[in-house]
Amino acid sequence: MSDCKQQPDMKRREFLSNTVVAAGAVTVAPGVLLTTTEAKADGKGVSSNTRWGMLIDTNKCADGCTSCVSACDKENGIDLVKKPEGHDDAMWEQQRPQWIRKVKLRDTQSSVVSNLPLMCQHCEHPPCVDVCPTGASFKRADGIVMVDRHICIGCRYCMMACPYKARSFIHADVAEQVVNSPRGKGCVESCNLCAHRLDAGQGNTACAEACAKDGHNAIVFGDLKDPNSAVSKALKSQPSRQLREDLMLNTGVRYTNV
Amino acid sequence: MEKINYRELGCESPRFWTGMGVMAFLILLALVAVYHMEHNGHYVTGMTNQVVWGLPHVFAIFLIVAASGALNVASIGSVFGGPMYKPLGRFSSILAVALLAGGLMVLVLDLGRPDRLIIAMTKYNFKSIFAWNIYLYTGFFVIVGLYMWAMIDRKGSKMYRPLGITAFLWRLALTTGTGSIFGFLVAREAYDAAVMAPMFIIMSFSYGLAFFIITLMAAYWWDDRHIGDLRIAKLRKLLGVFVAAVLYFALVYHLTNLYITQHHGIESFVLLEGGVYTKMFWIGQVLIGGIIPLFLIYSPAFSTSRFAILAASFMVLLGGFFQVYIIVIGGQAFPMTMFPGKEVIESSFFDGVVSSYIPTVSEAMLGVGGIVVAMTIVAVVARMFPMLPDSLEDPDNI
Repeated sequence: MSDCKQQPDMKRREFLSNTVVAAGAVTVAPGVLLTTTEAKADGKGVSSNTRWGMLIDTNKCADGCTSCVSACDKENGIDLVKKPEGHDDAMWEQQRPQWIRKVKLRDTQSSVVSNLPLMCQHCEHPPCVDVCPTGASFKRADGIVMVDRHICIGCRYCMMACPYKARSFIHADVAEQVVNSPRGKGCVESCNLCAHRLDAGQGNTACAEACAKDGHNAIVFGDLKDPNSAVSKALKSQPSRQLREDLMLNTGVRYTNV
Repeated sequence: MEKINYRELGCESPRFWTGMGVMAFLILLALVAVYHMEHNGHYVTGMTNQVVWGLPHVFAIFLIVAASGALNVASIGSVFGGPMYKPLGRFSSILAVALLAGGLMVLVLDLGRPDRLIIAMTKYNFKSIFAWNIYLYTGFFVIVGLYMWAMIDRKGSKMYRPLGITAFLWRLALTTGTGSIFGFLVAREAYDAAVMAPMFIIMSFSYGLAFFIITLMAAYWWDDRHIGDLRIAKLRKLLGVFVAAVLYFALVYHLTNLYITQHHGIESFVLLEGGVYTKMFWIGQVLIGGIIPLFLIYSPAFSTSRFAILAASFMVLLGGFFQVYIIVIGGQAFPMTMFPGKEVIESSFFDGVVSSYIPTVSEAMLGVGGIVVAMTIVAVVARMFPMLPDSLEDPDNI
């Protein structure tokens, strides 16, 4: 038996429900409204008949040369990511994005020194794609592994999973950027084999182009599924290996003489 | 068996309001820290592209692991028929829910894009253990909520046991999921071990019970109620078993790694040469989190000392925190072996070197905020609903 006087105040109930609805809308709206714009291909989708990849000849990779790194930085607007004012230099070195880096190695037995560029290896079975909770880290039909920065929530699980430390998290606001490589604070990104160039019909990456321009030709880029492509021919002509081949990831980037 | 009366926590005691005031202040500090980190970006934290998960993740994982363990007391009461534990079931459930909420809050607020939380709830990659965990965590709230209802409402009494069993199985799945976050990371030598999942389960038993003992004793102190010696003794002995089991699993984990030559690097890093991580392991995890609590629990000198059991519980939590820190941070600080048989002479991306990580105050404030949010939820719910027995005096007939 209920007494009317003990009924809750309806205005208060209405206020509470309105508050809940408003709070819900504020929580949900940004995600729904801001992420409906999907990137559109220009009519032609990418095809699994192609698998982009590269072969890196470490014997040709020159000591001290960073042309590939500079070219990548310029192509993808990484050089536009500036250190926040007053921030510690050493700290920023560990926080700034790097899609490609030069690594110098020495064999512990023979002391032979080798140089190589290291970037996303574009695995056929990428661990970063496996672990990404939202599917932001994905592999295109043509083998390119990249991040959909519309749905990356910035959890960095892909960075934990990548065996090559190929990914970078954007640690600060980005003032300037290039059209083909939009980026934002709080998302993860990595080498996408200059997907914008490939989609526009240019058949080469900025790093491979720069390396060739400098006369080193250490990077051969192309379609691994096309037996007549330069990269397929190069792979057939000499033994090559994958980094961390024990993980059986079938990488799209291969190395010789390492 | 005598009837158990449950009563809300009284708020007349100045202890209650002082406590609430302190907690509100700490939550405010956590919010300030979040604003600072999210507004500026993660560059203001100690996290880098080398150590990508930092102190907030240590707190979050620690709380999430403890959460499922806190439910154990309820499970022992309903699934395994322990009459001494049954009256504590309600409190155990709310503590579990609160710890999970606190942990998830920290995890979410440390995302690069916490504003995109809705995406995490609408887009799933079912191969990701993270995506599974989203289901496991939300499911935990729902199931434990129903379980609590079955414990409190007479109408739900029929469902009490089935829900108790479901909640118990779910919590096992949840901790397996949390452990697998690391167990599935094939790339890093410190992880990539199936033993991670059961080890996390046993860690949860230990941390969860330690949290339970501390909060239970605090609640009864706040409200001037009394807990019988027998109950304390039971909880103390149970904690002893769990602490010993955690040490055993740590031993198995390290022995396995020591057998595998490929993992000798990470083992000598953690056990011998890792500097701060080595100290944390031997002093933090083993001594503070294991040996001293075991001494306090099993030494006849402290058998009736409430201070000793409280101190042991705090040390278990502290040691557990170090253990999670070594797993999360130590595992990242140690360089990945990308080029076996080679040493890295130069790299702009810090390949082949131990990464440094110095947590910032804001990260700590956010992490502490997670614990405080959990404690606040417990205090508020125990204040509003009859969660705690009026008296926990020892029953006469046992």
